[in-house]
This record gives sequence, structure tokens and C-alpha cells, in this order.
Amino acid sequence: MLQNYLTVLIFIGAGIAIGAILIVVGLLLAPHRPDDEKDSPYECGFEPFDDSRLRFDIRYYLVAILFIIFDLEIAFLFPWAVSLQKIGLTGLFAMAVFLAILIVGFIYEWKRGAMEWE
Amino acid sequence: MQHFAGYFVSAWGAIPAWVQYLLFTLGKILAIAVPVILSVAYLTYAERKVIGYMQSRIGPNRVGFRGLLQPFADVIKLMMKEVVFPANANRYLFFIAPVLSMMPAIAAWVVVPFFPNGSAANVNAGLLLILALTSLGIYGIIISGWASNSKYAFLGAMRSAAQMVAYEIAMGFAIVGVLMAAQTLNLGQIIQHQSGAFWHWYFIPLAPLVVVYFVSAVAETNRLPFDVAEGESEIVAGFHVEYSGMAFAVFFLAEYANMILVSALASIMFFGGWLSPFEGIPYIGAPSAGWLFLKIGILLFLMLWFRATFPRYRYDQIMRLGWKVFIPVTLVWIFVEGAFLIVHLPPWFS
Repeated sequence: MLQNYLTVLIFIGAGIAIGAILIVVGLLLAPHRPDDEKDSPYECGFEPFDDSRLRFDIRYYLVAILFIIFDLEIAFLFPWAVSLQKIGLTGLFAMAVFLAILIVGFIYEWKRGAMEWE
Repeated sequence: MQHFAGYFVSAWGAIPAWVQYLLFTLGKILAIAVPVILSVAYLTYAERKVIGYMQSRIGPNRVGFRGLLQPFADVIKLMMKEVVFPANANRYLFFIAPVLSMMPAIAAWVVVPFFPNGSAANVNAGLLLILALTSLGIYGIIISGWASNSKYAFLGAMRSAAQMVAYEIAMGFAIVGVLMAAQTLNLGQIIQHQSGAFWHWYFIPLAPLVVVYFVSAVAETNRLPFDVAEGESEIVAGFHVEYSGMAFAVFFLAEYANMILVSALASIMFFGGWLSPFEGIPYIGAPSAGWLFLKIGILLFLMLWFRATFPRYRYDQIMRLGWKVFIPVTLVWIFVEGAFLIVHLPPWFS
């Protein structure tokens, strides 16, 4: 069983290697003639102005926070789903209570407009 | 000949077990990565041909017979193109990003079963592993947007991140539905639980989840009509606007490999994987890898069809669909399915 996970690890290494090799091949085969104009960030033909690491909308943070909550919820649901046949109706009700608490928060977010993008 | 084969067997036995294992794993990597990369090449060709015919054009037809060598011409062209490194970009992150988006697209295939007991690693938490690996893909996009030092890339990365996390939740809930039905995380066993002819497959009791999963998968891979992260006409190319040559090719490869991966997962979780739709009938009822490839092909064709048919969604519409439609639908359906499970609804939950 553990050897299977070693195979997974080796595959992850292979995935990294394939991407890295392709880029190295590209860097080696292709010409490399940098100049100021070519290397400047693309901005539809304008001279780039300001720093491009600009401030961004607060809603992206909100979405990220919401995501963490829901992703944790899914992580909790995984073992529950796999064993539902064994825990039966009790398990279903227990999870209903747990989800209900989260759904209250979800509805609150919805009503407060955290998910509005106009 | 016999003598040679015998010699080979004894030579194989002579090498240490861990070298055997390493060679065997290397063989598996080749047996999976090469076909995946080749299918990516021909998926790009199929995309241009299919969309071409849908728009009354003929698509690429110059390189090789009916343009069949077009993908190779593209690769050679991309190899010869300069990899422009933008000024003020972060040197290391700029090159790590495409590798990072490529890694999960290849590595996740390790647990995909192509035929009975036919996965490179028979891991009992297969689906969890895939969910974990594919979540890593987002880092490639965010890092590329940040490292490029370009406004378009940055905006594209932000949009893409918010969109992907929204749809990942819907996708996760859809997967929970599959787990409830199959009672296992092992992909091979999920398929075995669907054995029987096509009405035993999970797409019938989990119909809303199939739709949610597949649409979320299209959104996760940044395909049209959800490609606001790289929409050419809005933010030129989004997160990979500053990438050229092979660095761009790696992003491209990763996107298409991910398309094939999510189609494979959809066919495994909802459409019986390598099971035949006509199980019980001689010859055509036998499970085989061919059925899996056929199902993947149909789903990929659907993705191309979406691209040719639907106009791009507006960003607020995408977020509304993800948060306000898909998540409530999946939540409700998990409880409906729970009820199915309690009453042992045949033939899926008996």
C-alpha cells in the first residue's frame, strides 16, 4: 500500500520534470535577444505606467475567506460520505445540523451582498 | 528466441528489487505521460477542426494529410520562439509558475484506472488525492500573474483565482455525492459499484450533480464560456500574457491535459469508466479501456461544442452561477441522496 504512495510521489516528480524539461528545451533552442521595448510589460502599446502590483478589490478577499470555510466543510463531508451507509439516519441528521449552521452563515453572506459582482 | 527471453528473465531477476520497482514505475510514467501529451496534441487539432466545421470553415489542412501534422508543426514553431523574460518580473517565480501548473495535470493520472485494476497506483484515497493535486493548479496561475509584473496578467490571475475557488466548492460537493453513493474513495471501486448496464451508472440518481460537476470542470479549466481569466478580447490573454515560446506552451499543455483529466474523472464517477453500457450482452458487454476512451472523447467533444456555441459569460454572471446556483443545488441534492441511501433505492443504493 505504501509503495503505491511512493509511485504517486514519483509521478509528481515526473510532472515537475516534464514541465521543467520543456521550458529548458525552449530556452536552449530559441534565440535570446532581449531589448528594452520587447521586455517591457504589455499594455496595449502604451508605455507602462505605475507599478503593476496594484491594489485589488476587497471582494476577492471575501471570496477567498468563504472558500476556506466551504472547503473545510467539504473536507469534513468526505469521511462522512464514505461511511454514511454504516452510520445511517443518525449520521444524516448529525450532518444536517452541522450543515444548517454553515448555511445560516452562507445566507447571511448572501443577504449582505458578499457575492454581488456588478 | 526462447533462449533470449530466458536470458532476459534471469537478468531481470538479478537486479535488486528497488531498481526493478524504479524501472517499472518509469515504464508506467512513459505509458501514461506520452499518450497524455499526444492526446493533448491531437485535442488541439480536433478543437480547431471541430470548431472550424461548426463555423463552416475547414480548419488546418496544410501540414500533412488533412493537416494531421499540424500539432507537431505548432510545437516546433513554439520551440524556436524566444522566451521573452519581461523586465522587473520575478526571475524564479516566472519559470516556476508554468511547471507548477503542469505538474498536477500529469501527476493526477497516476490514480486513474484505465481498465480493471489498471491504474499506475491503486491508492485507496484516489479521489482525495486528485482533489488535492488539482487544487494545486491554481498556484501556477496566481504565481504567473504575480511574477509577470503586468497589469493584465495580474487581473487575469485574480479573476481566475476567485472563479476557480468558487467552482471548486461546487465540484467538491458533487464529488461528495459520488462518495455517498460508492462508499469508497478508490476510483476503481467507484467504477465497480456502478457495474451493470448503463442504468446502473451514477448519472441517473446524481443527475444534478453531473451537470454541476461538468460545468464546474469547464470553469475550472478556464475554458469558454468561462474563460474571463484569459479572454483574448477582454484582458488580452490574462495570466499568461507575458509568456511566449515554450513557457507558453507548457501552460497550454497543462490546460488541455486538465481538460482530458476532468473528462476522464467525469466518465469514471458518473458514466461507469471502463464499464460497457451493454453489460450482459456477449462481446460488446465486456469492460475495456476502449469504453473509457470513448466516454472521454464524447465529453471532450462537448467541451469543444460549448466553446463554439456559447458566448463568454460576464464575470458577475459566473460568480452568481457558482455561488448562488451550484452550491445550493448540490447542498440540496446531497440530502436528497442521503434519503435515497437510507431507503436503499434500487438499483444504485441497494
